[in-house]
Amino acid sequence: MSTASLIQNIINALQWGSFYALIALGYTMVYGVLVLINFAHGDIFMIGAYVAFFAATFILSTLGLPGWAALALTIPITMIVTSLVGVSIERIAYRPLRRKGAHRLYVVITALMCGLILENGNLALLGASRKAFPSLISEHVYTIGGVSFTNLKIAVIVTAFICFFILHWIVTKTKVGMAMRAISYDKFAVPLMGIPIDNIIVVTFVLGSSFAALAGLLFAMSYPILEPYMGALIGWKAFIAAVVGGIGDIRGAFIGGFLLGAVEIMVVAFFPSTYRDLIAFTVLLVILSFKPTGLFGIAKTTKI
Amino acid sequence: MLLSVENLVVKYGNIQALHGISFQVAKGEIVTLIGANGAGKTTSLYSITRLPPPESPRVVGGDILYEGESILKTPPDKVVKDLKLALVPEGRHIFGNLTVMENLILGTYSREKGTDFSEEYQRIFDLFPRLEERKHQRSESLSGGEQQMLAVGRALMTGCNFLLLDEPSMGLAPVLKYELFRTLKKLNEEGMTILLIEQNANLALHLAHRGYVLDTGEIVAQGTADELLANPELKKAYLGG
Repeated sequence: MSTASLIQNIINALQWGSFYALIALGYTMVYGVLVLINFAHGDIFMIGAYVAFFAATFILSTLGLPGWAALALTIPITMIVTSLVGVSIERIAYRPLRRKGAHRLYVVITALMCGLILENGNLALLGASRKAFPSLISEHVYTIGGVSFTNLKIAVIVTAFICFFILHWIVTKTKVGMAMRAISYDKFAVPLMGIPIDNIIVVTFVLGSSFAALAGLLFAMSYPILEPYMGALIGWKAFIAAVVGGIGDIRGAFIGGFLLGAVEIMVVAFFPSTYRDLIAFTVLLVILSFKPTGLFGIAKTTKI
Repeated sequence: MLLSVENLVVKYGNIQALHGISFQVAKGEIVTLIGANGAGKTTSLYSITRLPPPESPRVVGGDILYEGESILKTPPDKVVKDLKLALVPEGRHIFGNLTVMENLILGTYSREKGTDFSEEYQRIFDLFPRLEERKHQRSESLSGGEQQMLAVGRALMTGCNFLLLDEPSMGLAPVLKYELFRTLKKLNEEGMTILLIEQNANLALHLAHRGYVLDTGEIVAQGTADELLANPELKKAYLGG
């Protein structure tokens, strides 16, 4: 492989991994705080893409604003509305179970059901036809020394890194972040510090859902075909990425996302593309068999 | 009365843990609850701090009054924030994945934003110099005694004026134990109200002004510390002859 095509593949891997990384952050945060595998999270990504679709279409057609302005408005709208959906699921489905002290298994099954409800609710409301996401910004292709990339690809990668650094700052430097880590270690003692646990959980869901919303928006801009089941497979993969990174650790989720992206892109570079998932998951399986707690996971240490 | 527990009946599931106990704590007092394992001491503290089930019990009868008002509907974080009542739980329950300093910072969570707490941190470090030496260490790596100091320090950082302590001397070396009790006495002299549970009844009664003796969810004796220390039956049962 020439240097140019290697760099090309790295850029592709970074862009593809960004989606996994952004979604994996949400899985890992919720797991860190609630010890809950939020299987509805992949569908939150799908909701993000659809909210972005409706917001963007409405702004473009009804308000008649130019593409860049539509994008500037679509980003906050998508994040806010998707967060509301994420928080509502927590409120309606997970919190009552938590209050009754239900076993973790029931909460996980509830999460799976919430995901299926979102998928099939979407199907029932909007039908099976795919939606074409409107073009918001004109894509420019830059070619430097045989490596070509688009402004959108760069935007995806930059967004993922910005989100990671913001989240890392929140978790390590702010009191809310400290409370999030504290809950993952000893939930019992948290109210004794005067911390309302439910508020911290809501913040966790808001952060996770808005990152998934951004991923949904960027995904829809990059691959502008939307369908109700678009979140299922990518959600599963992001979850696996989070586990391989060490679930509960945000660095792990981030690195795990990029690792999965890189493996998938590299497989396609050398093998027929039908081998992609087979080889990718085999590699991850091997990693887990050597390090069952994931790359960053250490038994009972810093979570989140 | 600052705190008044009246005919409190609580249950864990279907098991009744307290059978209508009553006790009072006045402002500025040190009161101790004495009793064997399973007598309902910890349960009483969990009820007062309004911690949610499953760890803590459900109140099914009686009332808990703070400055005359029922706190049964107050959520646990508001007990700390508004009533300034802090619990140092049995088993310390420090956040082992955070540093010593972060544990103390979390104590200030419910307090006014933007306040400068540096003097208060310094006061904790003056009380427990060992914590200052280790302030950037992960608190998991502290010894048991140091973790206990951190648990007390963290509770003090909530800005409480009423401290509840559950077996604070458990697992402490004798030197540390006396050091901790001297600290509690000093805090009390500065105005802190203290409700103390202690397995070492002798030590507790030498610190406290008054005490209550619990047995299987009921109060079987009460009085000033001197009265309880002189009570021959108690001497036999709890004070080791």
